[in-house]
Amino acid sequence: MKVRTIKVDQLARVEGEGALRVVARDGVVQSAELNIFEPPRFFEAFLRDRMFTEAPDITARICGICPVAYQMSAVHAMENALGVVVDGPLRELRRLIYCGEWIESHTLHVYMLHAPDFLGYEGAIEMARDHADIVRRGLDLKKVGNSIIALLGGREIHPINVRVGGFYRTPRKRELQPLAEDLKRARDQALATVRWTAGFDFPDVDRDYEFVALRGDGEYPFSDGRIASNRGLDISAVEYDEHFEESQVEHSTALHAHLKARGPYLTGPLARYALNSASLSPLAREAAQEAGLERVCANPFRSIIIRAVEVLYACDEALRIIDEYEEPERPAIEIEPRASTGFAATEAPRGMLYHRYQLNADGKIADARIVPPTSQNQPSIEEDLKTFATAWLDLPDEALRHRCEQTIRNHDPCISCATHFLRLEIDRGG
Amino acid sequence: MADRALKRRCVVLCIGNPQRGDDAAGRAVARALRALLDGVEIVEEEGEATRVLARLAGADAAFIVDACVSGQAPGEIRRFDIGAGPLPHTGFSASTHGFGLAEAVELARALGALPPRCVVYAIEGASFDIGAPLSPAVATAVEIVAARMRADILGD
Repeated sequence: MKVRTIKVDQLARVEGEGALRVVARDGVVQSAELNIFEPPRFFEAFLRDRMFTEAPDITARICGICPVAYQMSAVHAMENALGVVVDGPLRELRRLIYCGEWIESHTLHVYMLHAPDFLGYEGAIEMARDHADIVRRGLDLKKVGNSIIALLGGREIHPINVRVGGFYRTPRKRELQPLAEDLKRARDQALATVRWTAGFDFPDVDRDYEFVALRGDGEYPFSDGRIASNRGLDISAVEYDEHFEESQVEHSTALHAHLKARGPYLTGPLARYALNSASLSPLAREAAQEAGLERVCANPFRSIIIRAVEVLYACDEALRIIDEYEEPERPAIEIEPRASTGFAATEAPRGMLYHRYQLNADGKIADARIVPPTSQNQPSIEEDLKTFATAWLDLPDEALRHRCEQTIRNHDPCISCATHFLRLEIDRGG
Repeated sequence: MADRALKRRCVVLCIGNPQRGDDAAGRAVARALRALLDGVEIVEEEGEATRVLARLAGADAAFIVDACVSGQAPGEIRRFDIGAGPLPHTGFSASTHGFGLAEAVELARALGALPPRCVVYAIEGASFDIGAPLSPAVATAVEIVAARMRADILGD
């Protein structure tokens, strides 16, 4: 029997640290394991016995790229527990800060981490030597996302202005105006990004994914909506634990999430788009069509186009929110604690992020559960590798290794969030 | 004297995570430099590449300090004039996101945004434990680097 092993010891251009081992026997990939070896970070345990009001600031520390997602899932779960709905301008401001996070996180991934794969560069630095203007455009676009977070969140990374019930301080209408000017430029840059990525050469592959994402009620989802799939799942976040389960695997310090009795599923841009493309803004929808995207895209390599479309949407949506913004009477709703349990799922840039908290009568957290997008996507990433890599086994080791890494990067995994990136081992036998 | 440095836009960038033992070395240099220098803006960053890049934009001179891990003795100080050539890749990418100072500097160079004069000081760290204080050898190196950076900045 001919055995071939391909091993990547440190996967590059993903968030966090991990490795990959692919084993092929007689020209067929037998197994693909994404090894996440970063130590567990115990955030759920840190949260116990802390006040419910502290959760947004503690969970924001889980990730430097998507802290807003952690804050938003935390505040929505707390508000669910305590029977409060935050609406009106406060809800709009939450959507606005989420727009900021999608713009900065997606743009970082599209330009710095993912595009070099398609253009044949080792990384963003090598790409910048030949395409300085394009990289400058990406950096400029990302900066606008960071500016939104800094204005609403108090600072760009690990924002501190988000609280259960609203914000500590809400902006004056005039403070948002300079952002609108930057966003108009960013929207043009985002449209150029969609057109740029649409011109890349994509492997002609697809997979029969079960896509899971929030389905917004007539709006592209950030924090609200039912958890839905393209195979009939339609539940509220309260029901998440009845339908999803996490299990431990030997090769990873991050848990693997599955749909009970169904198996792996995919969350993230492909899933969001498949379930919500009709709710994009007209400009984003037209750009998606012009880029050749159907209503559903099952080729994970094309996720870079969808990320670019979502950046365009986020710029458009941010401009709408700023245009329609009315200053709220109060920055937050005051909330009294009680013994309760709360659930929420929101759409982090890389996929759905579920939080559940059990609170004591005095508002202290008795129990916390956090299921980050990368935990949910790990089984699907491994399935992608198993499905696609067999056709690539004729490639020399270096090219095969690169293609496998690219397959992982399609999903922008945040290993830091899931515990925490990548060594790659390919065993071809012989 | 600092006026001269100010006229030619000078950036002093001190990088590190204050909560991670010797990774705080750059931040400690910032505090020491503030006591030694007036009129020069000293900025502190955690080291995320695009933020470092933004700080370098438009500067005529940049003086940067960061902790590193390169197998040298703890507290070992190295000075790189990176206007002349790249920073060694090893040891500076302490960022969990794999995109740290070395990448930021090279990206700036590729984009034509690297200040004409750019000096990086590296202080070899020993311990990067959460919440740990600076190791004694690193604390000593912080004072030496602050004095040498002051001389660099004023002599610039």
